[in-house]
Amino acid sequence: MSDNRLNLTGSSAPHIRTPDGTRQMMASVLTALLPALGFAVYNFGPRPAVNVLVSAGGCCACELLFRLVRRQDMTVGDLSAAVTGMLLALSCPVTAPYWLLLLGDVFAIVVVKQLFGGLGRNLINPALAARALLTLLRPGDMTVWAAPHTAVPLWGAADVATRPTPLELLRANDLAGLRELYSLPELLVGLTSGTAGGVSALLLLAGGLFLMGRRTISWRIPAAFLGTAALLAFVFAWGNNRTEWMLCQLLSGGLLLAAFFMATDPVTSPISPAGQLLYGAGCGFLTILLRYYGAFAEGAGLAVLLMNLLARPLDEYLLTGHIDKPELPRIARMTGGKK
Amino acid sequence: MKYSLFGGLHAPRQGNAAFTKPIEPLPPPPQVVLPAPLRDGVPCRPGVRAGDYVTVGQKIAEADGLPAVHTPIAGRVSAIAPRVQPSGTSLLSVVVDNDFSDALCPAVRPPKNPGRLTARQMLSLIRSAGITESNAPLLPIHEKIAAGIGRADTVIINACESEPCLAANNRLALERPEELLGGAGVLARLYGVDRVHIALEREKREAAQVLRAKIQELKAPAVVDTLSLRYPQSAEKPLCRALTGRRVPPGASTAAIGCAVVEAPAAAALYEAVFYGRPLTHRVVTVTGSGIREPRNLLCPVGTPIRCLLDACGGVDPKTFKILLGGPMTGLAQYDMDAPVDRNAAAVLAFCADEERSSAHPRCIRCGRCVSVCPMGLRPVVLYRYAQAGQMDRLAQARLADCIECGACACVCPGRTPLLQSLRAAKQKLGRAEA
Repeated sequence: MSDNRLNLTGSSAPHIRTPDGTRQMMASVLTALLPALGFAVYNFGPRPAVNVLVSAGGCCACELLFRLVRRQDMTVGDLSAAVTGMLLALSCPVTAPYWLLLLGDVFAIVVVKQLFGGLGRNLINPALAARALLTLLRPGDMTVWAAPHTAVPLWGAADVATRPTPLELLRANDLAGLRELYSLPELLVGLTSGTAGGVSALLLLAGGLFLMGRRTISWRIPAAFLGTAALLAFVFAWGNNRTEWMLCQLLSGGLLLAAFFMATDPVTSPISPAGQLLYGAGCGFLTILLRYYGAFAEGAGLAVLLMNLLARPLDEYLLTGHIDKPELPRIARMTGGKK
Repeated sequence: MKYSLFGGLHAPRQGNAAFTKPIEPLPPPPQVVLPAPLRDGVPCRPGVRAGDYVTVGQKIAEADGLPAVHTPIAGRVSAIAPRVQPSGTSLLSVVVDNDFSDALCPAVRPPKNPGRLTARQMLSLIRSAGITESNAPLLPIHEKIAAGIGRADTVIINACESEPCLAANNRLALERPEELLGGAGVLARLYGVDRVHIALEREKREAAQVLRAKIQELKAPAVVDTLSLRYPQSAEKPLCRALTGRRVPPGASTAAIGCAVVEAPAAAALYEAVFYGRPLTHRVVTVTGSGIREPRNLLCPVGTPIRCLLDACGGVDPKTFKILLGGPMTGLAQYDMDAPVDRNAAAVLAFCADEERSSAHPRCIRCGRCVSVCPMGLRPVVLYRYAQAGQMDRLAQARLADCIECGACACVCPGRTPLLQSLRAAKQKLGRAEA
């Protein structure tokens, strides 16, 4: 044997690792969102798909440029920026103008994610933060809901047929009106007006189960989230038909998208099993609270965003038994760039 | 069958090619390198000189509290000089050139009436055989046994593979069950128990069958327990927990819960020592991995250069980028193929594919997988953070000392953070701070 010709490397154990890396996890999330996107295309024409491409592209470009400027290592390949972009596009109305999505991308990637140190260090979910910003900036643009089976044009959306979303009807305590516009099976399948990716409850559920099966996400957060929301909606139902009210709450709006794809973001959710259950329950509670009494019809995204802030303190307490001084973000060390 | 429901991971299945390969003797190596035992980092003086003629089984170094060293081949001592070791450092070693005569040392002879030896006599035979285990390579096994006698009510022979890719224990149980059961008999007499548990993974159905049949045939004081295990539950402490349900308290050893665990190769060596007076000079080494052309299980003399094992398996793939001594989870990467196989090396592995999947820019994404796989119930992500920040008091508080360095956390980490490396370094630092 001629080991002189071998180029041997030395490194510390372990010498094998599972193939499931960050990139593969993110790819699973993208895959799990595809069915919901497919249904949105069926419902609203190609516009949702274009939105996703624009938004994911925008996020990747922001990440690329930011890290290029700061001379940091390239992280676009881990696909987390693409996931952020896709989630943002899916949680906005189909008719959202492209520039608005791109503005959201810049905010999500540059401000929420990279200024805090990039993947793993951001305190709140970038896609949700961007969505919250866009809703506050342009409430008009962010509450245009195209009717189901409407071909939304690729440019502009002035003359698109609109229809109130199930959630708006629930907010107005108009269960009868909801019944008139949408049946329960339609809510389940997603033949309603609403966000680009949030309409098809069934396919979001399938995507969520796929991720749980692959152990990309744990069951605890979605189970606690949906369980708490369902329980509260049932107990504090408006009107007499508790079960119907509860099901309508569960199946409409961004609840499932938030429960399976936003709240489970590993970076902004707790690590400890008990922490995950508490966090999920908190998300469910805040969702119902915001949906009942908030300024907007939707509450799931904001609920997750608020609970994001509690994720690390929960971990600190449950994993270590004491709460450390919060780790300061790296904004203070902007100059020079890390490594 | 018993199940373990805590931690662990289904390790990537690769390199199991040797699982079905029979044990074959390695062609006699031209030379062996036997490092002198180290005491506090200082090598003890060997009992032979350069130019001496040594025979198979001859004791060449001995020191109190350290395992004795025997030569596995006959020939002339060509040098007593520093030689490179698997750890990468050079240590004072006895180099023996093989004359291929295989002349046996007259000191190696079976004791009279091995079935009636007292515990003290058996321990002295075991002591002179130089047997150790892979989890404590410097601790002679007779000391561990002597310390456990009277305290252990459950004696376990661990015939599980300690890591993925390995197959030596499987082959031992399949092909040499009488040695394992002989070892079980010795252990039963030493500890004064009715029966010894032989722990096997569920996958080793064939080996379990062979052992059970042999137990009946020999009326051996042993019982086979199959377990459904994930890595690293075949390690001593998790194994005790899986088998008996008892948890080792933080900082304690398995003796604290009345368990004594002996690794299968050591158990077979006990039998050889007590019944035949043979010292530990050979061991079964699994040679496998994506870079090995013909995976094999080789019975090889301790001290054989790694090169000889690779050659016996048809050489390595030219694309091989890593050669390991030991398993894929905790083994040592080798630079020099002249480094000798030590008595606890279960495997030589060569990798030429991307088994390592390392990243130039590791990054924790807080997924918590390391927490869920840790067999000791630690929080590797938290320990890692403390280690990075150098918070030694916090590390001690978070039970860093209980880490068994199995590498499960680093193996599952999707962000590819060097958890084990960092925890090992922190442990050393902590140990120095306490000393």
